Amino acid sequence: MPEQANVAKYNSNSDKLHKQWKVDLIGFAFISPWLIGFLGFIIGPMLASLYFSFTNYDLLTAPTWIGLDNYINMFTNDSRFWQAIKVTFIFVFGSVPLKLVFALFVAMLFNTKRRGVGLYRTLYYVPSILGGSVAIAVVWKQLFGGDGAINDILSLFGIPSISWVTSPDFALSTLILLVVWQFGSPMLIFLAGLKAIPAELYEAAAVDGASPFHQFIKITIPMLSPVIFFNLVMQTIQGFMAFTQSFLITEGGPMDRTLFYAVYLYEKAFAHFDMGYASALAWILLLICGIFTAFIFRTAKSWVYYESEGGK
Amino acid sequence: MKRNKNLKTLIYHGSIWVLGLLMIYPILWTIASSLKPENEIFRNAASLIPSEIRWDNYLQGWEGFGNLSFATFFINSTFVTTMVVIGTLFSSTLVAFGFARVNFRFRMPLFVCMIITLMLPQQVTLIPQYILFHKLGWVNTYLPLIVPAFIGGIPFFIFLMIQFIRGIPRELDEAAYMDGCSMFGIFWRVVLPLTTPALATVAIFSFYWTWDDFMTPLVYLNDTKLYTVALGLQMFSDPASVSAWGPMFAMSVASIIPQLLVFLFFQKYLVEGITAGGVKG
Repeated sequence: MPEQANVAKYNSNSDKLHKQWKVDLIGFAFISPWLIGFLGFIIGPMLASLYFSFTNYDLLTAPTWIGLDNYINMFTNDSRFWQAIKVTFIFVFGSVPLKLVFALFVAMLFNTKRRGVGLYRTLYYVPSILGGSVAIAVVWKQLFGGDGAINDILSLFGIPSISWVTSPDFALSTLILLVVWQFGSPMLIFLAGLKAIPAELYEAAAVDGASPFHQFIKITIPMLSPVIFFNLVMQTIQGFMAFTQSFLITEGGPMDRTLFYAVYLYEKAFAHFDMGYASALAWILLLICGIFTAFIFRTAKSWVYYESEGGK
Repeated sequence: MKRNKNLKTLIYHGSIWVLGLLMIYPILWTIASSLKPENEIFRNAASLIPSEIRWDNYLQGWEGFGNLSFATFFINSTFVTTMVVIGTLFSSTLVAFGFARVNFRFRMPLFVCMIITLMLPQQVTLIPQYILFHKLGWVNTYLPLIVPAFIGGIPFFIFLMIQFIRGIPRELDEAAYMDGCSMFGIFWRVVLPLTTPALATVAIFSFYWTWDDFMTPLVYLNDTKLYTVALGLQMFSDPASVSAWGPMFAMSVASIIPQLLVFLFFQKYLVEGITAGGVKG
């Protein structure tokens, strides 16, 4: 290679390098708000919380190192921890599938060109807009209260009054119902997914004599699987984080039957000021969420169908 | 054949209406109860029609408790929410432009970090953040509620903006660059004006989540004078202090009116935001 070309190449490289340095600066300037937040408010605090989880810390006196004691205590000596795990699992596995099935069912009802669907969509979405608010939590408690409207309606059918919120058997179901009721967001996502499925697929299947049920199993579900996947991940994580419903409606009770993990963590941190123990709880929560997300991602390969890979 | 089709249509609309009424029954019941006379709320509880309309439930509820009226809580919530919306718009647009349009080194690993934090449970950072804010002397101020928005506290919004900016043709950037526009100029004059629909979506979502947020104010605000509507309502509805149910229901309704109004007027942007995050993600 002639020397001149080499020099030219070198020059353009250094020019490029010089430019890249400038681009880096511009790029980091743009993302700096997030970067500051990420380092200062997420990574930093997470490392601090990992450290605190090995200490005894009440916020007033300096943390004292106690090694794995918090974790050992939690697993061997804390029945409320296990209760919180149990309740949260029942809540997540009870509410997420129900919510998604319902969301998909309603989305399929709305996936038509009939008149009035826009209005219906709005109507069904309203609970999701308001459902997370304190107002609805407060009202839910009264709605399902001993002399609330639900019992009043049930009495028409001769069903005796049930104290939904204060009964150990029904309290958790009442909270699950509240969450399932807010199926609006996954419903809208499903609806957008359904609209994206080419109509020709169904037409071809119908010509071949496939029943609607068959079409659902063989076309709708596979075509929708990326959306199902997204909804599943998001709803599961949200389920593990649930706080307001239990805190406001049942206060974790009766007899810890609705002790959500987040409520237990809050109690340890901000009622008992046991910051070390609460940090350990937070790390276990992160671990659980991480394992579940990883599990869903792992299995995704076998059931999520991506058009760009499978089709073309 | 035609009759059959009509019947089908009828069944379709009929069942959707029945189910739909069931869906919004709790909300209608709240509104009805807020207008009922006190002795009627839990007697004949299921009814949606008050025997007489009692607007004074609202007047009485608005007075709040102690010396604090709901006006204070609404002003507080409005202030916090406005600041959070501004902060979110500021950080999400800048950061999203950086990730979507600038080819800086470490872009991909940092982008992956951002996506991972999208799935990070809030509780994990809650305690150390509380300790940090406690050390900074920010507890019992609005700073812990507002500052995180300015530094991209909710990565979902950044993600949403990135998705949107990617849809804007790069040729526009290049043309502006040829004309001697700086990167910031491209951001400010070319890309930002085209993102208005996404900005609306981000603003609406951050409005919702902030107005609704219960845990953060619960953790950081102790002084009742600083309470947001969510906290004020929780205190107002405390079984130990509720003397009258009518005003409690009235204030529950009042607290969700802003959300309902925004929903009615900006529904389109909301639907777009939800589906953009999920389907194209």
